[in-house]
Amino acid sequence: MNILRIIEQLSEVDADVLGRFDSRRAVFKSLGNTAQKGALAAAPVFVASLFSKAYGQTTGTGVIEVLNYALTLELLEQDFYKKMKDAGKVPAGAPAGAIDTIYKHETAHVKLLTDTITALKGTPVTGKKFKASAFPADYTTQLVVAQALEDTGVRAYKGQAGALMGQVAGTTSLLQVALQIHSVEARHAAHIRTMRMQTPWIPAADSNLPAPLGPVYTGETSPREDNTVQSKVDITKLGSGYSANDAAASFDEVLTMAEVLDTKRAGGLVE
Amino acid sequence: MADLADTSFSGRALRRRTFLRVAGATAASSALVLAGCNDKKEDNPTPTPEVTTGTLTFKGDDTGIFNLTYLLAQIQADFYQKLVTTPPADFTAADKEAFVDMRDHAVIYREFYKSVLSTNAYDSNLTKALEFNFTPYTLTTRKGVYEAASKLEDLGVGAYNGLGRRLRNLSYLRLLLKIASVKARHAAFVRDQAEPNSFAGPDVVAITGSQASLDTVKTPVEVATLLSPLVPAVLVADNLMLL
Repeated sequence: MNILRIIEQLSEVDADVLGRFDSRRAVFKSLGNTAQKGALAAAPVFVASLFSKAYGQTTGTGVIEVLNYALTLELLEQDFYKKMKDAGKVPAGAPAGAIDTIYKHETAHVKLLTDTITALKGTPVTGKKFKASAFPADYTTQLVVAQALEDTGVRAYKGQAGALMGQVAGTTSLLQVALQIHSVEARHAAHIRTMRMQTPWIPAADSNLPAPLGPVYTGETSPREDNTVQSKVDITKLGSGYSANDAAASFDEVLTMAEVLDTKRAGGLVE
Repeated sequence: MADLADTSFSGRALRRRTFLRVAGATAASSALVLAGCNDKKEDNPTPTPEVTTGTLTFKGDDTGIFNLTYLLAQIQADFYQKLVTTPPADFTAADKEAFVDMRDHAVIYREFYKSVLSTNAYDSNLTKALEFNFTPYTLTTRKGVYEAASKLEDLGVGAYNGLGRRLRNLSYLRLLLKIASVKARHAAFVRDQAEPNSFAGPDVVAITGSQASLDTVKTPVEVATLLSPLVPAVLVADNLMLL
């Protein structure tokens, strides 16, 4: 392992790399000491701890807040699918199989987030339920709510990526785990949408649907899902041969925590 | 919805002889350097397709990451275009409609990454887009096509999940994620067509263990290895592993 080369390469992508260590002098002094003691076998461990100290950040309350927000949404979904299974309106066969799969995933997400928050010395939220009075009696409307929850989840996780950048639990990147949940939520959303004979991706027209679905695809501070401008690039003018609807559907948008917790979106469904 | 026969995104004209020159991460100012070359004349009786001897080395920064997602978008756009142009005999009208949508999305990603990367795009100096090889897949049957699409889309999801934390620029991360979830929607859809209810099957979302209920993560080197049978160039993603 050539640590000098590693540090040199890091400096190309991170101008502040040496500033992250105690000091340049301390790094090389430590290295010298390690080598002098002949502890070559320990070098990888030493280097790992060096980088862990330099790049591992302390977990702020902001991160716990974000994880508890994600946990709140997962608890909401978990309880919703439990109610859906208990209500007994889901047709046997493929529909029941799909709802069961999704329920199991949400249950595992709840456990994962709860365990992570606990490991980070935070206090995981508990007892968040889907509002009983808002639970639809019929299967068709249950699927509408499922779509609202899943598509909201996709936007919500996306909205917190910045807060989780560079954050770790032990050696695990919290951002990476969040992205692994994010794409599972997107798979759920796509499947629920097809169960409703919708396209798996979100067409521009969805932003104009009546409640409860419409608000899921709008935004006050975030772009609506019919947005066709990304990073100041007008997607409709990038090329030809595709429609404005394609330009909108090919990018999912974020929602902020405040938008998601607004009573017209998921906030109105929590008991 | 685009016209089914639209092929307006075909690549620029090919120079007869092109080779890719690689520069190391420390020397390259862009993700990698490609140079057109006309040095070989007609004295070569069996001209080797030079592009197959080329190497793409991804630079260890955000532009290197976006060059990898750009390459992925190029491959997927070509894949869907190929199936839109020549669908298998048992493709339904609904299949064709979905493939036009996914073709359009992939074309948008390709053009978007190209626009964002500008001169940092790996092929900004190349006179012809790479021609990808889809012979590892069976594209003459609906089942084969959906299985191939599942492999490509699942690979994309795993790739994006592995790349997110390596980005330094928050704006780029947000853009990556806006695309990542649509790719996951594609993956779920094509998987369901290949096998009903497999949208989040246990091969991509584990049921037990430390990865339970989590989608796959592919490292840049794993992505490069999985893409290599399709790409007429050696892909080197080692620099991205340091991120």
